[in-house]
Amino acid sequence: MSQDFRLDKIGMVNRNKKISFTFNGKKYFGYEGDTIASALIANGVHLVGRSFKYHRPRGFFGVGVDEPYAILQLERNNERDPNIRATEQEIFEGLEVKSVNCWPSVNFDIGAINNFLKMFFPAGFYYKTFMWPPSFWYKIYEPFIRMAAGFGEASTKHDKERYEHKYEYCDLLITGSGPSGLASAYAAAKNGARVILAEDKPRYGGSLLTSDVNIGNQTGTEWSEKIITELKSMSNVIVKNRSQVFGYYDHNMLVMSERISDHLPKTQKYLPKQRLWYIRAKEVLISSGSIERPLVFGNNDTPGVMLSSAAKEYMKVYGVLVGKKPLIFTNNDSGYETAIEFKKNGVNPLILDTRKEPSSDIISEAKNLGIEIKFSHVVVAAKGYKKVKSADIAKISDNKKELSNIENIECDCICVSGFWTPSIHLASQSGNKSEFNEKIDAFIPKKSKQNENTIGSANGKFTLEETINEAFDKGYEVSNKITENNNKVSIPTVVEKKSSEHDKFWCVPLPKGKSYKRFLDFQNDVAVTDIELALREGFRSIEHVKRYTTLGMATDQGKTSNLNGLQLVSDIENKVVPQVGHTTFRPPYTPVTIGAIVGREVGKHSKPTRKSPMHEWHKKNNAVFVDAGVWLRPRYYKQGNETLFEASKREAKNVRKNVGVCDVTTLGKIDVKGPDAAEFLNRVYTNAWLKLPVGKARYGVMLREDGIVMDDGTTTRISENHYHMTTTTAQAANVLSHLEYYLQLVWPELNVNVVSTTEQWAGAAIAGPNSRALLMKLFPNTDVSNEGLPFMGYKEADLFSIPAKIYRISFSGELAYEVNVESDYGNFMWEKIIEVGKEFQIQPYGTEALSTLRIEMGHVAGSELDGRTIPHDASLEGLVSKKKDFIGKRSLSRSAFTKPDREKIVGVVPLDKTTSIPEGSYIVKDPKAKLPNPKLGHVSASCWSVEYDNPFSLAIIKDGKNMIGQKLFAMSPLQNKTIPVEIVSSHYVDPEGKRVRA
Amino acid sequence: MLYIFCPHCGSRSQNEFAYGGDATVKRPDLNNEISDQEWNNFVYLRKSPRGKHLELWHHISGCRQWIKVERDTSTHEIFKTYKADELIE
Repeated sequence: MSQDFRLDKIGMVNRNKKISFTFNGKKYFGYEGDTIASALIANGVHLVGRSFKYHRPRGFFGVGVDEPYAILQLERNNERDPNIRATEQEIFEGLEVKSVNCWPSVNFDIGAINNFLKMFFPAGFYYKTFMWPPSFWYKIYEPFIRMAAGFGEASTKHDKERYEHKYEYCDLLITGSGPSGLASAYAAAKNGARVILAEDKPRYGGSLLTSDVNIGNQTGTEWSEKIITELKSMSNVIVKNRSQVFGYYDHNMLVMSERISDHLPKTQKYLPKQRLWYIRAKEVLISSGSIERPLVFGNNDTPGVMLSSAAKEYMKVYGVLVGKKPLIFTNNDSGYETAIEFKKNGVNPLILDTRKEPSSDIISEAKNLGIEIKFSHVVVAAKGYKKVKSADIAKISDNKKELSNIENIECDCICVSGFWTPSIHLASQSGNKSEFNEKIDAFIPKKSKQNENTIGSANGKFTLEETINEAFDKGYEVSNKITENNNKVSIPTVVEKKSSEHDKFWCVPLPKGKSYKRFLDFQNDVAVTDIELALREGFRSIEHVKRYTTLGMATDQGKTSNLNGLQLVSDIENKVVPQVGHTTFRPPYTPVTIGAIVGREVGKHSKPTRKSPMHEWHKKNNAVFVDAGVWLRPRYYKQGNETLFEASKREAKNVRKNVGVCDVTTLGKIDVKGPDAAEFLNRVYTNAWLKLPVGKARYGVMLREDGIVMDDGTTTRISENHYHMTTTTAQAANVLSHLEYYLQLVWPELNVNVVSTTEQWAGAAIAGPNSRALLMKLFPNTDVSNEGLPFMGYKEADLFSIPAKIYRISFSGELAYEVNVESDYGNFMWEKIIEVGKEFQIQPYGTEALSTLRIEMGHVAGSELDGRTIPHDASLEGLVSKKKDFIGKRSLSRSAFTKPDREKIVGVVPLDKTTSIPEGSYIVKDPKAKLPNPKLGHVSASCWSVEYDNPFSLAIIKDGKNMIGQKLFAMSPLQNKTIPVEIVSSHYVDPEGKRVRA
Repeated sequence: MLYIFCPHCGSRSQNEFAYGGDATVKRPDLNNEISDQEWNNFVYLRKSPRGKHLELWHHISGCRQWIKVERDTSTHEIFKTYKADELIE
């Protein structure tokens, strides 16, 4: 297939490598280095999409990040990627893209009927039309609008690509590798600064790639290649292309997205698709350049109308002609550069200049080349539907209000230049309040807010000489603040053509009797009439006008539309632009892939997974795991076809009857050491700690200052000044922070040190009537009799010559011990327990059986200590000392906590002894009472009592202690169940606690 | 993301720290009888100033020290950071 619009002798694409790709199912080819846009234009394709609201045909308007039209959907490697800018996405072999926002095809689009129903879609139409009748909203209007909204379709599949995050620190971050970026990077790097230079395009050089200038004795392009090559060779410089710095955050943190594999058919092995860089820069130089402004005229959204700078770049970088009969419409000298480039490539352009009698080097050059120029002329309207076919042009009066001599001329593209808008987004995001510069009719950054400076055309410097001088100076100045090397490089001389001033003209008036749509915002179909309507309706603030009309919204964030919108508002309001102000620039500057923001933190990687040293054994023995905080714990050990219910019942029964072993490694463990440790514990826990002897454990409850129970657990006095504290699995980290808070800030006079030892110890809870017999076999040389190791006792012992610690504590309510060994011996310990325990019918038990055992014993856990309960509510008031002060004590005497009918924990048994009560059920007196039914409390935990073989639950209910014996109802509106129940004591099994002391 | 100077470790990113609230709150002494109102003020009531604020941060993924940070709540400017026991004029 021939490429009718490809030029032979110009461009930077690799002609030796042909690449084929498909667009809307049709095969095309381009060259390595082409973007989708340049390759399609080379093939004469200009219709790529339909507009958002009116479904008008869309072509290409720009050549980079500013592109408002050419948003495509990409299929790569069986993945769907929406919101791809055709002007940025490079082609690769096998690339598949398609148009969005059109059906059934981009050429014949049903939605285009909207174009003829414009009266239904005025500014703010979604607030006005489609309102009546109200019943139409859900069934007709909303589904229709939803179908019509948005660009493209996101994939519903899991994204298999890999995205990574990287943190980087540097002295100086430079955003953009145009002349100012290169010059400042060079000056700073030579002065010893650690520099990162980021370029969003594949090629470095920015405007130097397309401008006809000399720096020193080289052309602009040669100079930029030389500088980049040298920068890349320096160890203190990181140079990155395809990398967009999109956000400027607090304390000079900038975020950059690097597209590593997007331009390749497949992500390379060991490389991510994209990498997100968090860069903390001591100084930032914003050299993000400027974006050409459109001129506003009738049907200025027709495919074939594009920025003149874009037309030039398509020629010089890609060797592609955007048209063979170009019309250049300009209010400044930039349009002339494009015209000259056309002429050099054998195409005759016509220039329409809004200015009356401008003169400059470049205008003379154009004249000398024989280019036809019409001064004081404008394009009134583009003609043609899917592509520009001709244009109505006219002479414009000196006051720019009257049109005359309207004539139609043939053309196939209209290249517009309405001067330049500095890209001040990053500076603005850093907090820099911008100021309006009358000379360039645009905003530029004002006073630096953070350590940022804006240079080059982003700072409104539009001549290369100014830019180069400023950039070399700033690069040196900023780097010298950091390095103090005083190493200044010499600034090269610059040769460029002098240009003349631009015309303060941006919008062509409508000729009498015509009502052409003149678009301001190309992505959202916002026309001049929409802004006029919004202002007529009373919207004044530019922020309101933006949201009402959607001007400057959507994926391009108004990069080409903002200033013309402001001009229009200020014209209508008879104000000047600075009075109107501009809308706030917020990150991101360009759309960022969600996957890149998430990075590696997906699925299992979204949080760490902690496993006990016995994990492999559990796995081998058919454990079914459950997430407990960040830990994976065995929930039950499956035998045959057992269900969770059957397995947990079997395991719990075996503990009550024989002996079971449970992995309790996950319990939080904190070493508390120091001469004041006892005093500290006495202040942290509600009960008394000063007299706990060495070798003894004690159960303790700690409160927050507001009186709510924070955590519970046992703490053992290992030696005179050494305590071993245990916490619940979930609260371990919070408790450590809590203790550190009091030691460092409240009572720094206490000589105590705390450190987490959770991971140092592997723990096994051995519980059941046979546990002592098992222990005697495990520790034959240690006296573990009831006298030798009484309830709440502690001993150090040898487990087959491994040092072990035995705590006689019990969560299950049975005679029980917890054995700890150093983590590395955890598996050894576990296997020995299982091996020796065989003769005692030992079985491992998981968290489900553990819950059953503690619930029927009435031991509280997280579901009762839920951040709303005080010790009384959990029947822990016996542990609250009346004699001493402790954290949170004063709160307990507040009136709400001392009410006589304060909630209290109780047991709940269904009257039929068979129906399980759903957790979360309400306890009510009368199930038929009027809603909202006054609730007495809620069911916090439920189990199947293995002791009595019937369901049993714990509940926290109002005036609980006086409710025992009452017949009430448990209601679960979620499961639509009402269960008659009896309230019993929460200590359902062994209320006297004989077993633990046996 | 803020960049916080830890007086023990040096400048570190905010994600190493946990926020700890107003650093000027003083816990009433133990065993002192105080009114409900005073206790209430200590437990629940905090000022939320716009501007300079002395606050606690816990270097939780670092040295595990609680530090005091003088920060502007509207601009995020950090003026100075202190060790827990450092005297602040």
